Amino acid sequence: MAQNLEREKLIGMYRKMLEIRLFEEKVFELYGQNLVPGTIHLYAGQEAIAVGVCSNLGKDDYITSTHRGHGHCIAKGADLKRTMAEILGKETGYCKGKGGSMHIADFNIGMLGATAVVGAGLPIAVGAGLSIKLRKTDQIVACFFGEGASNQGTFHESINLASTWKLPVIFVCENNLYAMGTRQSIAMNVENIADRAVAYGIPGVVVDGNDVLAVYEAVQKGVERAKKGEGPTLIECKTYRQKGHSRVDPAKYRPKGEVEEWLARDPIKRLKEKLLQTNTLTKTEIQRIEKEVVTKIEEAVKFAIESPYPSSEEALEDVYA
Amino acid sequence: MRKITYREALREALREEMRRDPSVFLLGEDIGRYWGGAFKVTDGLAEEFGDERVRDTPISESAIIGTAVGAAITGMRPVAEIMFGDLTALAMDQIANQAAKICYMFGGQAKCPLVIRTPFGAGVNIASHHSQSLEAWFMHVPGINVAVPSTPNDAKGLLKTAIRGENPVFFCEHKLLYPIEGEVPEEEYTIPFGVADVKREGADVTIVATLFMVHKALNAAAHLEKEDISVEVVDPRTLTPLDKQAMMKSVKKTGRIVVVSEDCKTAGVSAEIAAIIAEEAIDYLDAPIKRVAEPDTPIPFSPPLERYVIPDEKAIIKAVKEIA
Ligand SMILES: Cc1ncc(C[n+]2csc(CCOP(=O)(O)OP(=O)(O)O)c2C)c(N)n1
Repeated sequence: MAQNLEREKLIGMYRKMLEIRLFEEKVFELYGQNLVPGTIHLYAGQEAIAVGVCSNLGKDDYITSTHRGHGHCIAKGADLKRTMAEILGKETGYCKGKGGSMHIADFNIGMLGATAVVGAGLPIAVGAGLSIKLRKTDQIVACFFGEGASNQGTFHESINLASTWKLPVIFVCENNLYAMGTRQSIAMNVENIADRAVAYGIPGVVVDGNDVLAVYEAVQKGVERAKKGEGPTLIECKTYRQKGHSRVDPAKYRPKGEVEEWLARDPIKRLKEKLLQTNTLTKTEIQRIEKEVVTKIEEAVKFAIESPYPSSEEALEDVYA
Repeated sequence: MRKITYREALREALREEMRRDPSVFLLGEDIGRYWGGAFKVTDGLAEEFGDERVRDTPISESAIIGTAVGAAITGMRPVAEIMFGDLTALAMDQIANQAAKICYMFGGQAKCPLVIRTPFGAGVNIASHHSQSLEAWFMHVPGINVAVPSTPNDAKGLLKTAIRGENPVFFCEHKLLYPIEGEVPEEEYTIPFGVADVKREGADVTIVATLFMVHKALNAAAHLEKEDISVEVVDPRTLTPLDKQAMMKSVKKTGRIVVVSEDCKTAGVSAEIAAIIAEEAIDYLDAPIKRVAEPDTPIPFSPPLERYVIPDEKAIIKAVKEIA
């Protein structure tokens, strides 16, 4: 638990989670000011998952991401400035403004890109896992996807493959109860996505996705197993998206009281309380971290806003390598 | 005549056909009572017809279409919605290898009366996975009809024909068309497949355009009129079957043609139409065939980039002037 983890690591987790939250709040605000084109899918409420997973990974390890990907990027170590610039469609963004909110990638840190086709990241993660095996390196792949994605054929095909070939992949299902307006029970007859692991002969683990340390430990075990050559693990993180699915969604399909219930289990609040209780951090230190994060995000916003849009001809570049 | 939106026109067609024929049912992601469809086309239908006939599905495009195929060959008339046209790629086997071939491959024993509705098109900055125009993929597959309505009137009449027909129909919509208003009769009507509509009469140049491009073509035509260039705008309304005669008739009159389509230029809708004109109407042409289409790139996210690749009025006017 908290005591066994180095203090620095814990503080790092807190800082990253806070970065993601405040970053998302800023994106939401900028959206309201018409500075964000298109749509946005915010990660608020799910920070413990990206951070719990990525705290087990090194720079050379890989992740694949989804339409709800800002948190994954930041947790993997992406630069806030270039991330924000991409979301605003600027030339200085990670993908020169070609990708936007749903398609951020940073191949320098093993962030293999966000796909907006639900379920499309799973086989790509398996391919990265196969490449690791063929190249005989010590890397690992973490593959993020929602519970909605677990109803795609790609989920089943990918886990079967990764299991059969014993590939170093951690399948991270972020079960936030809804796929757009579709509650889990409308779209499947199982309570736990993790139970599906049985069908492919790999461990399936359910964790509290709003507890960063629980996520961290579950992933740690998965990484150990993968590095021993025993194959993938499916980790289902139970969580909640605190906002609507996308910018236009008033999320009226949620029963009364549900949001409040989950806000009470807010992952950042919980970690903060833990850090204070265990005397890992003092109130003053926490305030200092918060201030630093706010400044960092303000810098990112300033950078993004001040960056130019790409020139129109840029649209014709990069179609082929 | 009363005016309603394209979205409402589609909804009316669905509602009327569901009332008329109990074998018609809808399936798709988030089409039911909790969302009413990502673009709200099916809003309110679950309330009227119940969850059995307006079925929310898991995110399983291949199974959505496959299920529709199975239901269609056993007496039902499913109307499946794929939330974004780009995502029909996930169901391509069921569309192109199953639905489209069932009648032929089984020697005419079976029919597969299913409709797949989906929105194509760019213009709202949602990037490469949510903005493509892929109509041509489906034109390339024999056994499937392809509808491309550009107005509320056409949307309603063609959707009703699609639902009543005996063949699989790939029914293309366009995101930017949903809020567009137009005149739609209150009384019952259908529009046959394979009959183009002249959206504007003119004498100097023919523009053939589909979906949202029809509206850009009409804007361009209005502008060109001020410069004394009289443009005729022909909207095929269905790509399969394609009303060659209507295009030919217009070209005979004008001797000049510009084909405008939002999809990629190479092997796209504009390529097929231009080829037909070159093959069958070359004797009537007084100038080379012009095409205005997407310049063979994925659709980029950032507004200036997206604007650059999507054909606009300026590009259409330029093409017309080059041959007028
Ligand atoms: C293949 C595919 N089908 C449908 C969509 C439209 N869509 C975007 S997000 C989403 C819900 C995804 O749910 P889930 O996988 O649980 O992720 P969450 O949004 O909850 O993070 C849907 C249906 C899509 N982008 N891709």
